[in-house]
Amino acid sequence: MIYDYLVVRFGEITLKGKNKKQFVVKLENDVRDKLRKFASLEIKRHFDDLEIKLNHETADDVLAVLKKVFGIQNIWPAIKVGTDIEAIREGVLRIANQEKSAETFKIAARRKDKRYPIHGSELNQDLGGTVLKHCDWLHVDVHDPDLRIRVDVGYHETHIYGKEVQGAGGLPVGASGKVMLLLSGGIDSPVAAYLVAKRGAIVEAVHFQSPPYTSDRAKQKVIDLAKKLREYGGKFVLHLVPFTEAQVAIRDAVPEDYRITIMRRLMFRIAEKQAAQRGALALATGESLGQVASQTLESMNTINAVTNLPILRPLITMDKIDIAKIAKEIDTYEISIRPYEDCCTIFLPKAPRTRPDRNHAARFEQKLDVDALVREAVDGIETIVIDEDAQEDVLSQLL
Amino acid sequence: MIYLDNSATTKPYAEVLDTYRTVSEQFFANPSSLHSLGGKSEQLLTRSREQAAALLGVEPGEIVFTSGGTEGNNLAIKGAAFAYRKRGKHLITTAIEHASAGGAFTQLESLGFDVTYLPVDRDGRVSFEQFKQAYRDDTILVSLMHVNNEVGTVQPVKEIAAFLSDKPKTVFHVDHVQGFSKVPLQLAESGIDLCTISGHKFHGPKGTGLLYVRQGTVLSPLFAGGGQEQQRRSGTENLPGICGMVKALRITREHQNEGICHLQKLQNQLFEGLRNIDGAVIHTPVEHSAPSIVNVALRGVKSEVLVHALEKDEIYVSTKSACSSKENKASAVLTAMGISDEEAEQTIRISLAYETTEQDIAVFLKKLAERVGQLKIVMR
Repeated sequence: MIYDYLVVRFGEITLKGKNKKQFVVKLENDVRDKLRKFASLEIKRHFDDLEIKLNHETADDVLAVLKKVFGIQNIWPAIKVGTDIEAIREGVLRIANQEKSAETFKIAARRKDKRYPIHGSELNQDLGGTVLKHCDWLHVDVHDPDLRIRVDVGYHETHIYGKEVQGAGGLPVGASGKVMLLLSGGIDSPVAAYLVAKRGAIVEAVHFQSPPYTSDRAKQKVIDLAKKLREYGGKFVLHLVPFTEAQVAIRDAVPEDYRITIMRRLMFRIAEKQAAQRGALALATGESLGQVASQTLESMNTINAVTNLPILRPLITMDKIDIAKIAKEIDTYEISIRPYEDCCTIFLPKAPRTRPDRNHAARFEQKLDVDALVREAVDGIETIVIDEDAQEDVLSQLL
Repeated sequence: MIYLDNSATTKPYAEVLDTYRTVSEQFFANPSSLHSLGGKSEQLLTRSREQAAALLGVEPGEIVFTSGGTEGNNLAIKGAAFAYRKRGKHLITTAIEHASAGGAFTQLESLGFDVTYLPVDRDGRVSFEQFKQAYRDDTILVSLMHVNNEVGTVQPVKEIAAFLSDKPKTVFHVDHVQGFSKVPLQLAESGIDLCTISGHKFHGPKGTGLLYVRQGTVLSPLFAGGGQEQQRRSGTENLPGICGMVKALRITREHQNEGICHLQKLQNQLFEGLRNIDGAVIHTPVEHSAPSIVNVALRGVKSEVLVHALEKDEIYVSTKSACSSKENKASAVLTAMGISDEEAEQTIRISLAYETTEQDIAVFLKKLAERVGQLKIVMR
């Protein structure tokens, strides 16, 4: 590998005022934490960036991890050489030779040391000429190059930066507090979890299961999703809620077309209780306006009535196709399309009410012992913490 | 015992056998069964696939577990030829393929496909130039082995892959059975669409293997049935075998870097030692060869006799590929290299594993010199 070190640039947090330091330290800790397995890395924090000396680690491996850390805007792989023009030329060529897929390039050279004998524009010409001479697949394009090689000539050393790598953006996880998400196992809710985490929230999830109507495979599916989401957050806390009793009670007491509405109202009450216990200040869902019967405005209005907590709905205005695109990017899509029944697909009415009404819903609930159902569900919660160590289980020992 | 027939098969790692037994006992349920016991098996299968994919640098959906090299080659070659037969009828392979690939091409010829068999040079190597000349607009499949199983020659797979990478109408299959863990080969984004690997060649259980199928490559399945392995290979999954193989894959990968260096050293030791034996003619080229195989003729000594003589010293080598060594014919590979039948009949193959030691090779060379000396007198 040709690169010596990586420069990690922060995103939005550099716009923060007095709190900036706090965010930067948080991000630095996240980066250190995620890169722990690379023993020989040296990480140094500067005012506006982190410098990661690679020593013998492979830049691509480290980059793959960094790309999943929220709060990082972009990452520049770089090399350090002396100020001698020959050394700089050689360094620029090292980078150009690495980028076989680029067709066009541009050199952006500047000298910090104004006494340096070669001016910026002369440097550009000199280094550009060197690249043209040695790399016949590259042409100059100063407006929109595939590869922009930045050269900073300092007093004692020169930094040469290769192709910029996009970071995940967002804010460092935990910078925004905790959120309790309703995770179903479908395509949408994991994407919602990702987007909420991206804005700096620690995401915990409640998942409702109704054995024997739902199987262990459905549970495993949610655990596998949580494992994917863990790659962004560091660890993922998953609360498995026993929901059979509540669903059976609803089936027996509530008119068919209102079952989904009432079921959702119960889920929100349970999630709210669990949020309070875990110190989460908001709920989050993967709802998208109008996607299904429970996601019309009337439905949301009726369902929201049971809680005062803010409800984050990051997907509310997104089309299904765009949600699926993100799911594929974060690698949850293939898991989400596994075909097992979840609690939302059992006892499904043929024609659910698309425009339910708060008063009707409240009246139907009078036939249920809502408080008891919620209490029993919350009491029966099984909490699983998914972190890196948890992967060292029976299965991996076999393999 | 000095076992130098590792290209025929290897001894399974003890850890692999542990896994095989545990999985057979505790995960015996069918992964397709709905109940939770089946769910556990399915989970283990999924994990095995993920681990295999991660170790090979590809996606889990691109791994099809098979019963070994023969099935992998057949599925790749016939599966691709059948799936793309409407695009064209021309196929390219080489004159020195393993019987499982060569036989598949013979079958396809009898079904009306037009097959070009590329010749090899004295070193057993295909020429990239000749390949380019053979390539046509209606070529739907190119298939060749990465490392030849008898001589160890490395074929220009990388050049051909690069050439084919912008020709989406041609499927490229590589038989990597002998190359895996000996000569590294990148799969993802390499231009390779299909790649066969066999478990028992790297200390996995017999009857295991995998076929890499690049996403977007269509195969017509050989087995009709329950649609396992993403509809590509029906039949209840051999879970103990799969787990054992994936474990062997991991252990092998962990030792690969130093393993290859070690093999290189042993091969040099063999080259040196053999040069000092009178009448030894080394067929394995010094350049473009895998470090795990040395093919050598010992003039004046029939190889079959030599194999039996060495087994008295508990040293095991082979005459040619185990899959064709029972046929009473000169090796097709050596014939294709322009080696006379007489010399071919005096040829043995020495094949190494990471666990072969320098001491093993030293003892082997000493015994070989002795045995060759004795046999020459007897046979004269």
